[in-house]
Amino acid sequence: MHITSPAFKDNARAALDDDALQRALGNVRSGFIGKRAKAAAALPEFEQLRDAARDIKDHVLAHLDLYLEAYADKVEASGGHVHWAQSAEDARRIILGICEAKKARTVTKGKSMITEEIGLNAFLEEHAVTPVETDLGEYIIQLRGEHPSHIIAPAVHVNKDQVEEDFRRVHTHLDPARNLEEPTTLLSEARAVLRDKYFQADIGITGANFLVAETGSSIIVTNEGNGDLTQILPKTHIVVASVEKVVPTLEDMSQIMRVLARSATGQDMSVYTTLSTGPKRPEDPDGPEDYHVVLLDNGRSAMLGSEFQEMLRCIRCGACMNHCPVYHAVGGHAYGWVYPGPMGAVLTPSLIGVDQAGHLPNASTFCGRCESVCPMRIPLPKMMRHWREREFSRNLNPAAARYGLGLWAFFAKRPAVYHAAMRLAIGTLSRLGRRSGRFASLPFAGGWTRFRDLPAPQGPTFQAQWAKQRKSA
Amino acid sequence: MSDARTAILARMRASLGQRAEDTARRAAVADRLQRAPRGVIPARGQLDPAARTELFCKMAEAVQASVARVASAAAVPGEVCAYLKTHNLPARVRMGADARLAAMPWAGQPHLEVASGRAEGSDLATVSHALGGVAETGTLVLTAGTDNPTTLNFLPEHHIAVVRESDLVGDYESIWDRLRQIHGKGVMPRTVNMITGPSRSADIEQTLLLGAHGPRALHIIVVAD
Repeated sequence: MHITSPAFKDNARAALDDDALQRALGNVRSGFIGKRAKAAAALPEFEQLRDAARDIKDHVLAHLDLYLEAYADKVEASGGHVHWAQSAEDARRIILGICEAKKARTVTKGKSMITEEIGLNAFLEEHAVTPVETDLGEYIIQLRGEHPSHIIAPAVHVNKDQVEEDFRRVHTHLDPARNLEEPTTLLSEARAVLRDKYFQADIGITGANFLVAETGSSIIVTNEGNGDLTQILPKTHIVVASVEKVVPTLEDMSQIMRVLARSATGQDMSVYTTLSTGPKRPEDPDGPEDYHVVLLDNGRSAMLGSEFQEMLRCIRCGACMNHCPVYHAVGGHAYGWVYPGPMGAVLTPSLIGVDQAGHLPNASTFCGRCESVCPMRIPLPKMMRHWREREFSRNLNPAAARYGLGLWAFFAKRPAVYHAAMRLAIGTLSRLGRRSGRFASLPFAGGWTRFRDLPAPQGPTFQAQWAKQRKSA
Repeated sequence: MSDARTAILARMRASLGQRAEDTARRAAVADRLQRAPRGVIPARGQLDPAARTELFCKMAEAVQASVARVASAAAVPGEVCAYLKTHNLPARVRMGADARLAAMPWAGQPHLEVASGRAEGSDLATVSHALGGVAETGTLVLTAGTDNPTTLNFLPEHHIAVVRESDLVGDYESIWDRLRQIHGKGVMPRTVNMITGPSRSADIEQTLLLGAHGPRALHIIVVAD
């Protein structure tokens, strides 16, 4: 997909001016936060489970090569095939190779961020294979020719009336005069249209929330049941998963599962958690005859051992973006690639380069809410700071920002000079702004005053007030 | 693509500063896979059998499943018919070859048509027998095979699942133990479905709607035994 991360600032500005988007983003602010808080509060062991989940993934990452070997052996022992993909291009070629071998024309797809990451849909279309997204949100954005704006609610930026327009535009075989006012009617229409596709598909492609080394199973977690229909009806099931999805045992999976849905949607458990192991057994009346797993590296092995290793604990629940004031303001598309919000701000530079995605770690208020809700306790703000340091050390930020930071560093390292300069500046501003109490414009502060007034400082500096109070106490 | 496998694993070892033949790491991995240690088990489901059944039913209903409790397996066909009637459904169900289901007195319901085998797209109601249920979250666990084909769980509008009270457990981990007893350590049936309520979606304006692609309704019959 076309990367627009370098244009983050322009994207963000456009997003702020987009009324429909702003209306839709209200649903993120109002819904997810309360539901997660309620689910977490209802389970006394929730914080303990977060610790356990973190420790499991840390153990896995320290032994990732060995768990992958164990997992791959088990998949093969159960009759499945494992394909190793070093890059997005390798993964696309492998999947196309399977499609060609099976003479597949239509593939149904369960929701998978990894297939977004490798740009699978566009590639398959170029090669005469039609991908059909079956998750309702993914289906909607596929009709719109868009990409997900959220990792678990891909169409969160779309309003109901827009869905109605899209369905009327695409489902031309249905009565144009039909009533589509109710969301349930829209859902039923999508259900009926996609039902036929499941049966027509030659191959079903899903992602994986977990890969279990103990059994060679791939696990998908969904609410709609689309992922299950995708993988049990066609003759071939392809799982596309990144290497860090592996966990040791069913017990380890259960620990992480207990924090996943609660953090994502505020459910205790998603409706369908499905463990798939190999192809169908000879006596089974349903299920795929062929089972393939494509294991994607795409830059992750290089994150091991680096200051970004902990990012590989991420289970893609979306809690960080649900709680992010920047995401709430601009939505997911502004981030310009597959992964938005705080997890995207950390992961995107790792996967596509800091020169492309350097703006993203800067799009943070460092309020720390993302880390406070992350079920895997990933120190997202710390890692965004690492990226800022790298960006700075490689001279990637603009000259004005560099000089500004240099100037700041000069004062910050010299407290006496800093205090003197602050006394002077605060005193001057306080005298100048005495009448109105605020400034509508100020030299060097246009970025602030273009949108709001700057309040005039009241009284002496904070440090001076602090010193005075300590003395009188 | 074995070259790719070698390259990826070698890069991981290099990043981690490890060598492939490190026996201590291999031992740590083998040990964890063998022992499969349990982690934190929520106290919520750790109850005596009667309270566990209560919790299972309560949690399932909280996620919009409907629950009926019957005194014996012999009462299941009657309950199935009553459910179909209440929901204005034709007196027809499909089910697999499960021996527990087959032993039930279906012939006692002369108007009920029982089809067998995997689900067709046109089936309105199916019946399957669950391996067990997890009280912690009201979750049913079903396994693939001729007994209970997986399509029965997903294609119909109404999915009726039968579970024995003695198969209800407090936590997921107890289900994994049961699977290991049945299939052996590290061996799984093709599909294990954990089902918590009927299908749903909140993809349109974050409004929760039931019946996305899977069943619109999930009816659980808990059999005392």
